[in-house]
Amino acid sequence: MTTSHAPSLTPLWEVFIRPRNGLNHKHVGSLHAADEDLALRAARDVYTRREEGNSIWVVRSDQIVASDPDEASENFDPAGEKIYRHPSFYDIPDDIGHM
Amino acid sequence: MYSQGLIGAEDNVEETPEFLEEFQARIDREEKIEPNDPMPSAYRKTLIRQIGQHAHSEIVGMLPEGNWITRAPTLRRKAALLAKVQDEGGHGLYLYAAAETLGVSREQMTEELLSGKAKYSSIFNYPTPTWADIGAIGWLVDGAAIMNQVPLCRCSFGPYARAMVRVCKEESFHQRQGYELMMTLAEGSPEQREMAQDALNRWWWPSLMMFGPHDSDSTNSDQSMKWKIKRFTNDELRQKFVDATVPQAERIGLTMPDPELKWNADKNDGEGGYDFGSIDWDEFWRVVKGGGPMNVDRLAARKKAWDDGAWVREAALAHAQKRRDRAEASKVAAE
Amino acid sequence: MATNADFANTLIALADDHLILGHRLSQWCGHAPMLEEDLSMPNMALDLIGQARNLYSYACILEGSGRSEDDLAFLRSDREYKNCLMVERPNGDFAHTILRELYFAAFMHPYWEAAQSSADKTICGYAQKAEKEIAYHIRHCGEWVIRLGDGTKESAERMRKAVTALHPYTEELFTITPAHQACIDAGLLPDLATLKSAWSMTISTIFKDAFLEIPEIAFPQEGGRDGRHTEDFGHLLSELQFMQRAYPGQKW
Repeated sequence: MTTSHAPSLTPLWEVFIRPRNGLNHKHVGSLHAADEDLALRAARDVYTRREEGNSIWVVRSDQIVASDPDEASENFDPAGEKIYRHPSFYDIPDDIGHM
Repeated sequence: MYSQGLIGAEDNVEETPEFLEEFQARIDREEKIEPNDPMPSAYRKTLIRQIGQHAHSEIVGMLPEGNWITRAPTLRRKAALLAKVQDEGGHGLYLYAAAETLGVSREQMTEELLSGKAKYSSIFNYPTPTWADIGAIGWLVDGAAIMNQVPLCRCSFGPYARAMVRVCKEESFHQRQGYELMMTLAEGSPEQREMAQDALNRWWWPSLMMFGPHDSDSTNSDQSMKWKIKRFTNDELRQKFVDATVPQAERIGLTMPDPELKWNADKNDGEGGYDFGSIDWDEFWRVVKGGGPMNVDRLAARKKAWDDGAWVREAALAHAQKRRDRAEASKVAAE
Repeated sequence: MATNADFANTLIALADDHLILGHRLSQWCGHAPMLEEDLSMPNMALDLIGQARNLYSYACILEGSGRSEDDLAFLRSDREYKNCLMVERPNGDFAHTILRELYFAAFMHPYWEAAQSSADKTICGYAQKAEKEIAYHIRHCGEWVIRLGDGTKESAERMRKAVTALHPYTEELFTITPAHQACIDAGLLPDLATLKSAWSMTISTIFKDAFLEIPEIAFPQEGGRDGRHTEDFGHLLSELQFMQRAYPGQKW
């Protein structure tokens, strides 16, 4: 059993790739790297081996602030009630055509 | 594949009957479970064990094929093999990341592998003495792995399912690469043909063992099916694999090393399928328990890579700290 | 005037550099210090092997001898391989491997830049693609050299040892054989003498950040361009050529 590694852990990074111009960067996975430059290089080698994208973002995982799953209902359910935000809420005569 | 900031958020959930029932209802509705969702600790533990084993299998699986990278007979084959073994490393990486969302670190998982506590697929404890083994592994071992992995793309745990989608997409060339290699040998000289048949003889039964014990003897199967971590039983997948693979062997004139193998028109609800001989479970357990021909060598190789790399990993961390310190110092100096 | 043989032979020597270095790098696959590097090193090896294949194939066409890329890669005797000695050196530790790759990439980058204005259109095409690949090798390996040179005491020491061990082999990169000179005169391939300053600039910039000194070379090591190799090379060939030698004349 080995114990010779550094006591501190190599940080985890989240990787976001833009498949092509005109699209959003999308989360594709994670990796470990000691710093941001190594994280970018590793992201290129790990996640773009098959022409998956033309731009990479890496973000340290512990820098991401996430919503609390316990608050999911208070966060997201109320939007369901606001049907007047959707075009289908409004009645327009058919002969007006597309609007 | 989720962010570490979320890891372990709900590890202390109280598992009341209502909670367990609601959790099962979510699974039954085909809702995906994400890392920060409340989940029964047994669900979490099962996934950590299974994803960890899966990741270890990919990493250890680099070794038997890696054994032939420097000896591949043509440059075309060399490039394909190198790219394939590299992919296995990537798959291990995606899977470790998926397990990490459940609150276990890659370092922890690595230490469990190296200490022998964590298991990996027994198939990689067989040696690759000839070039034909590279064909047999791609065709049979990757073929069996794909049978297992395709249903995992619909696994109830989101990060595992997403990792498997990526893995399956990449793996599609692996089996074709192996079969093409075997086909070339089977169509080649008598010597090459013999090499191919010999590799098939050695890999066929271990490939069938990859699906695990019979359903009647499988301890984790029922609960995993209920949680939709597994979608098919071991025996169902094994049968699918046999039915898919036997015609592929016939097509290139190779013979399965099983005198009891024969077509049974009544199998699979009348669709037909192959009956096959009984698996040597003593051999299976022997290899699982560490007695396979390469168990010791595989772990020794992983341990050597990990130990030899320690100074590199330490240096990278030390440099990162220096950079932070310097950035801090220059900020202070500017103020 | 450069003959086709001059051109082909010079390309074969360059292809040998790529094949042998790719072979060495590929030995790391599955044994790297971290999983991320298990993906990066094969990426570089695949670039090198791909470039070797292009160069061998083109040399075969120039020769018109009916030889194939695999004949050149696997079926020559040790004296017929013309790679520089540096690329055949055993991998040593991660510091040695990364530094060797940096030395080579820092040479090939200006080489491919210059080759983009070759009088030969095929070479121009290869050069455009290869320049991008090799630029990444400089970046990747350069970043590691800096981290190891400016990391821990142990890593700095290992990095210094790697420099001492490998620097004497760098001179041979710039050796101009008579065949190569003919190709320079015909405008087919870059004049290696003009690449030296770019190479030195790349190395010294990275070394500065890595707190490494460029050593004086008392005794440059060379001979590979003339087919005189180190003892390790025969062992490398016995692996590389194993299948083709053990089972001659078969299709794989």
